[in-house]
Amino acid sequence: MPLPLDLKYLACAMNRLDRLESHSIYILREANRQAQPLAMLWSIGKDSNVVTWLARKAFFGRVPFPAVQLDTGMELDEVYAYRDKYVPEWGLDLKVIDCPPESEMDPDLPPMTRSAARKSAGLRQLLEQGKYAGIIVGIRRDEEATRAKERVFSPRSLEGNWEFRDQPPEFWDQFMTQPPPDTHLRIHPLLHWTEVDVWRYTEREGIPVNPLYFAHDGKRYRSLGEKNITAPVDSDAATIEAIITELESTRTPERAGRLMDSESEDSFERLRTSGYM
Amino acid sequence: MSTAAKEQLRVVIVGHVDHGKSTLVGRLFHDTGMLPDGKFEAIEEMCRRRGMPFEWAFLMDSLKAERDQGVTIDTSQIWFNHGDREYVLIDAPGHREFIRNMVTGASNADAALLLIDADQGVRSQSRHHGYLLQLLGVRQVAVVVNKMDLIDYDQEKFRAIEQEYRSYLEGLGVTPTCVIPISARDGDNIAAPSENLSWHSGPTVLGALAGFAPPVGNEDAPLRLPLQDVYKFDDRRIFAGRVESGGFKVGDELLFSPSNRTAHVASIEAWNAPAPVTQASAGASIGFTLTEQIFAERGEVISHVDDAPIETDVFHVRLFWLADRKLAIGDMVTLKIGPASVRATVEQIERVIDVDALTDRTADSVARDEIADIVVRTAQLVAIDSHQDLPRTGRVVFTDRHETLGGGIASMDDYPDQRDMVTVRATNVTAEAHRVTTAQRIERNLHNPGVLWFTGLSGSGKSTLAMALEQRLFDQGYQVYVLDGDNVRGGLNANLGFSPEDRAENIRRVGEVAALLADAGVIVITAFISPYRADRERARAAAGDSFHEIYIEADLETCEARDPKGLYKRARSGEISEFTGISAPYEAPDKPDLIVDTAAQDIEACLDQLAAYIAEKFRRS
Repeated sequence: MPLPLDLKYLACAMNRLDRLESHSIYILREANRQAQPLAMLWSIGKDSNVVTWLARKAFFGRVPFPAVQLDTGMELDEVYAYRDKYVPEWGLDLKVIDCPPESEMDPDLPPMTRSAARKSAGLRQLLEQGKYAGIIVGIRRDEEATRAKERVFSPRSLEGNWEFRDQPPEFWDQFMTQPPPDTHLRIHPLLHWTEVDVWRYTEREGIPVNPLYFAHDGKRYRSLGEKNITAPVDSDAATIEAIITELESTRTPERAGRLMDSESEDSFERLRTSGYM
Repeated sequence: MSTAAKEQLRVVIVGHVDHGKSTLVGRLFHDTGMLPDGKFEAIEEMCRRRGMPFEWAFLMDSLKAERDQGVTIDTSQIWFNHGDREYVLIDAPGHREFIRNMVTGASNADAALLLIDADQGVRSQSRHHGYLLQLLGVRQVAVVVNKMDLIDYDQEKFRAIEQEYRSYLEGLGVTPTCVIPISARDGDNIAAPSENLSWHSGPTVLGALAGFAPPVGNEDAPLRLPLQDVYKFDDRRIFAGRVESGGFKVGDELLFSPSNRTAHVASIEAWNAPAPVTQASAGASIGFTLTEQIFAERGEVISHVDDAPIETDVFHVRLFWLADRKLAIGDMVTLKIGPASVRATVEQIERVIDVDALTDRTADSVARDEIADIVVRTAQLVAIDSHQDLPRTGRVVFTDRHETLGGGIASMDDYPDQRDMVTVRATNVTAEAHRVTTAQRIERNLHNPGVLWFTGLSGSGKSTLAMALEQRLFDQGYQVYVLDGDNVRGGLNANLGFSPEDRAENIRRVGEVAALLADAGVIVITAFISPYRADRERARAAAGDSFHEIYIEADLETCEARDPKGLYKRARSGEISEFTGISAPYEAPDKPDLIVDTAAQDIEACLDQLAAYIAEKFRRS
């Protein structure tokens, strides 16, 4: 006897992580279909590791676009080790871009911000080389207040400038997939996730975790950046479960260890409007 | 494993500019102890630098330009835990200039808080936002009357605003979950009941949030799975997409629309799944393979064979227009319906709606931020649903190459589902060739065969002219025959009623019969209102080059004055519904082969015009 209709699909009702995952997969598939050539920025932190994982899910085990590391040469050793282990294991097409030195950055920027600006310059280099129509970036709205104003598909000039005063309307999952000439799209498949979501998903999926995220001598990295401008935070969380518990009660912002954010009122906004992720 | 994640509710905060939306969010964070460490001090510092009092809005207004101008430019989101739920608060700008950003924010919401300034009362954007919420599908709305301190917490004034806005929402068919007096700046009725507003017996803002119902799933609705892409990474051909409603399982027979092909599900593909997946339901982005190899493209809508989407090339849209340039009748746009993308023409602007007064007016164009009812005609058949039946597959977005222009919700009303018109059910059919050729028939009859397709309003003179023309042509030696509306209803089409689908089938059969008679060498005159262009185009396709579309033209007033069968009178009194020209549309021909104006000429002059046309086009000597 057939089941009554209301019971038929009850077994596959979705929970929160399923819904987040499904939405991200939808975005990645739109990107892959509509924004070619396409590349994915892989900073090898927890967020872009989740994006990589989601891409493998979206495309049934393979990532059909290059993974790009914007390398300042200043990442922590464990970051490079993670990269070298999982590139072959996950079958990634890795592209490493050596970011231009700090001496070439805008001298008006505050010092830490100037250091971070090297990544924007590296990204410009990538765009010049690859003529990419789409760049996938693993930023989230809950990380930082200007990122909260982002679109999922965000058009940028080749210089990377963000016209935050005039963003395209975006609704019902219809994205701006045909940007005007001489622009590219930043595509943000993780925009709607929170920091805790990233950890819960990492736990559920068994995504390998860089040991820097776990507490060691009362300190852990909550957010991984270059060693000269990132500091670990006080923590005893030595497992993912402990990290989740910690995050559910903390009132310390995620990027507290990212020193450039608080150098001046709008230092991060300035970084972002001129191309930072 | 850690404890389960809380479920999420997305709440958009809307309302007129300066009515305190960003302030409410800031205050809500503070009063529930959710403000991140250092944030309060950072805001204090920003305000000190600007020489202004503490401003809660700076929590959300993260752009320097927003803080400097004291106005929210773009929508923002912030996460907030309370009780067993997590809320995503979506702050939407209230300035008229930024409607498209409001739409962006509100389109993601499960519920809304609509703010009204107690001192200023209901303003234009209060109403505009209320209207847009309903169009965007946000059905739960709590109304918050802010700045009660400015009117000394006066209950009378609050009741007046409540009354005014409730009756506005009522006009939209929306009942607010509650109406709350607050003062966001001072924290009155935000997290705790206020002493100043002790007369208020309803919930606080926090209580209103907790009172919103969680979003409901679409698992029980008919299956809709718009095809997003087809992958061939290895020997599997994987069809990928997101289930928008319903569900399916391995072995199900699926129908692809509008290509009208069917195939069975061989497998549901998943990577890193804990167990093999055998079924999928609403919300899931999935991939599957088919038992039969069929060709299918991005944009097709997959359903079960029963309960399929509507196939049509013309439908109504209630539109919200966001672009700077106006939308005019005849404009070409690209419509996105899920992953499907199709060129379309604006055929009619039925009405532009005055959102303030809830009245409407006729117009030739729709300006930025206006809401209108329009009719669009697509270049090909599309698979779509009425928004009322299945919201997620009944929405369209208007785009141009590099711009998102607007959006809207679709309805069919009297436009028929054309699926049966294009579905060939017979298989294993091979056409036999005639031995008598068309050329031989022409040689005997001394004229070309063909179809003279009369179209026009009821009372325009189609039947009168058709019968008189038949007589005249017969007398001149033509092989001629009239197919008339009421006549075929008695036999060939006796099993058809007057539903939109039956009307379309009526015309389809007449088109096919006319084509057969023309093939037999006859000149066929048809006399049917045939109001839909799509139906006439199908008749043209059946008859090929010998089809002549003749527009029997008379304005509605003239036809109604003639009213030979008394039908207009009955339509006006409501006795007959869906009467062409009165309560159902008539789509006049775009480029008819001949126009016969029966309002300006008498019958004889019309007949002379038709006879001359036939002599020119059909006569062989």
